[in-house]
Amino acid sequence: MNVQQNNILLEIRNLKMYFPINKGLLRRKVGDVKAVDDISFNIRKNETLGLVGESGCGKTTTGRCVLRIYKPTSGNIIFNGIDISSIPERQVRPLRRHMGAIFQDPYGSLNPRQTARTIAGMPLKIHGFLKKQELRSRVTELFNLVGLDSSMMDRVPHEFSGGQRQRLGIARALACSPSLIVCDEPISALDVSIQAQIINLLEELQKNLGLTYLFIAHDLSVVQHISDRVAVMYLGRIVEIASSKEIYQNPMHPYTKALLSAVPVPNPVIEKDRVRIILKGEVPSPAHPPIGCHFHPRCDIATQACIDDKPLLRNVGDDHEVACFRV
Amino acid sequence: MSSLLEVKNLKTYFKTDRGLVKAVDGVSFYIDEHEIVGLVGESGCGKSVTMLSTVQLIPTPPGIIADGKVLFEGVDLLQYQAKGEEMSVIRGGKIAMIFQEPMTSLNPVLTVGRQITETLELHLKMDSRSARKRAAELLNLVGIPDAEDRLDSYPHQSSGGMRQRIMIAIALSCNPKILIADEPTTAVDVTTQAQLLELMQELVNRLNTSLVIVTHNLGVVARYAERIYVMYAGRIVESGLSDDIFLNPLHPYTIGLLKCVPQLGETKSDRKLVPISGLPPNLIDMPQSCAFLPRCSYHVEKCQLEVWPELHAVGKDHFVSCYVDTRENQ
Repeated sequence: MNVQQNNILLEIRNLKMYFPINKGLLRRKVGDVKAVDDISFNIRKNETLGLVGESGCGKTTTGRCVLRIYKPTSGNIIFNGIDISSIPERQVRPLRRHMGAIFQDPYGSLNPRQTARTIAGMPLKIHGFLKKQELRSRVTELFNLVGLDSSMMDRVPHEFSGGQRQRLGIARALACSPSLIVCDEPISALDVSIQAQIINLLEELQKNLGLTYLFIAHDLSVVQHISDRVAVMYLGRIVEIASSKEIYQNPMHPYTKALLSAVPVPNPVIEKDRVRIILKGEVPSPAHPPIGCHFHPRCDIATQACIDDKPLLRNVGDDHEVACFRV
Repeated sequence: MSSLLEVKNLKTYFKTDRGLVKAVDGVSFYIDEHEIVGLVGESGCGKSVTMLSTVQLIPTPPGIIADGKVLFEGVDLLQYQAKGEEMSVIRGGKIAMIFQEPMTSLNPVLTVGRQITETLELHLKMDSRSARKRAAELLNLVGIPDAEDRLDSYPHQSSGGMRQRIMIAIALSCNPKILIADEPTTAVDVTTQAQLLELMQELVNRLNTSLVIVTHNLGVVARYAERIYVMYAGRIVESGLSDDIFLNPLHPYTIGLLKCVPQLGETKSDRKLVPISGLPPNLIDMPQSCAFLPRCSYHVEKCQLEVWPELHAVGKDHFVSCYVDTRENQ
């Protein structure tokens, strides 16, 4: 990569996350679910990297590894120059205040018995660097930041609408002024008319606070809108990574092409001329992924080489990397 | 020529402890033969309740169909008992439905084959032998490989996309006149969504069935629907040909919906999204005035003073319920 090293906030190298499958009376290990299977990427300071793929492709697992909610099977996660992939939990904890997380389900990710004030202030309390009075004013500040009325502070989550809950989740993620925020499908549970409010809020916060996002979602048009660069995942691997303009204008991997063609466009005139690539069959199980290129059984242009060997990501110019033998 | 299905001034209310919820409040629409119609709106706007009311699948109580007519082939379906003989002949036979959740709408303890043959035996009075043969054909039709083996499997052995295909097979088993697909692709991935939509389009064309796609995603209907109804807070606010709705939207809500979704290929430097401010209304104790008024950026004084406007024609087959001519303000 031709980027200066000091510009990189997060570096993922050969990350693997396998979950064991145990069977039988003795719960013997009989195999692995290869949720994330050897991926590498960088996120630069102040940029948004979008991670797209269909359910089960490992994008959420990747996000959880970055936050060290999971301890990866192997590989390196270098955050701010420190490899957090294998250090003990006790040493990860102080680093977590530099990372925030926003989750998909604004109903499940907030404790229904806590007031909004407690929820937003919890990270500050855990990392314990504020006095009571300071905590109060910081929470007020956070509420203003995410566009919530501070009169709502003493309410509990069920009194909030979906969009407001997601704002509360964002306030909590921002509490300790993190540098990286992992957004895991932050808008897919919201109504269409509310989604844009949250996207705009996230974009504004990034500009004002200099945040870096790992934005995980399945909706390609949303990911493209918010991201500087997009990585496309398929069955545990990254198949293509490029700037969001480039991935749209010049998709190279057959899976990216199919994915792009499947996204519906709300314009009948454009739709009439679009050719839809309908993929054969379904995504195989990550417990028994195909050999070679994971995509070869559904690929139109696969050859013997795709079955024999696993394609690696290679640079094809313009910061565009693709893992396919046929391009 | 009268339409295949014509719904007139349908009102479905739900009695709750907190008051009367007017989920559907005066909805009229029609569906012609062999056409694909889209019904679009956000969650809670009443689009599913509208379709469920037409086949009387609303649980009563708490729901009541307070008013309206559902004319199917010229006969008012609402005169029939919901659980009566006449209704059962039509529901599933002439008007079939596909529901959103392929996980929960199939019975987990019955084999896939049994669930298809059940409708065949009930509606078409087939014997079990020929029903089974027909079931295998249907699974073939919806693109399920090894159909014969699949008949003896259970729903949990199939993936989400496969289950939705099975649902389509069941729905089409009796050659219905109308197929109502209620959020058919919300629970599946985009590439599977594309597969299912293409499949449905191909099948309804081949079988001469009309299709109603109920969805919150405008993109889904853009490619397939010929006509579109946009719903908000229990009413239809705009209806028209697909091209009119997408290229020449006139109701502020439709305009807002189109502006707030990112288009494919658009990045943040191209355009900032324009969200619709505020929240969808609470359907209890609705004001007399237009329900979209608090969120509307076009509103004029008249909107506050007068009741919610009726749909009026603004072009051939293009209807809007709004006092403001949004074309002047654009």
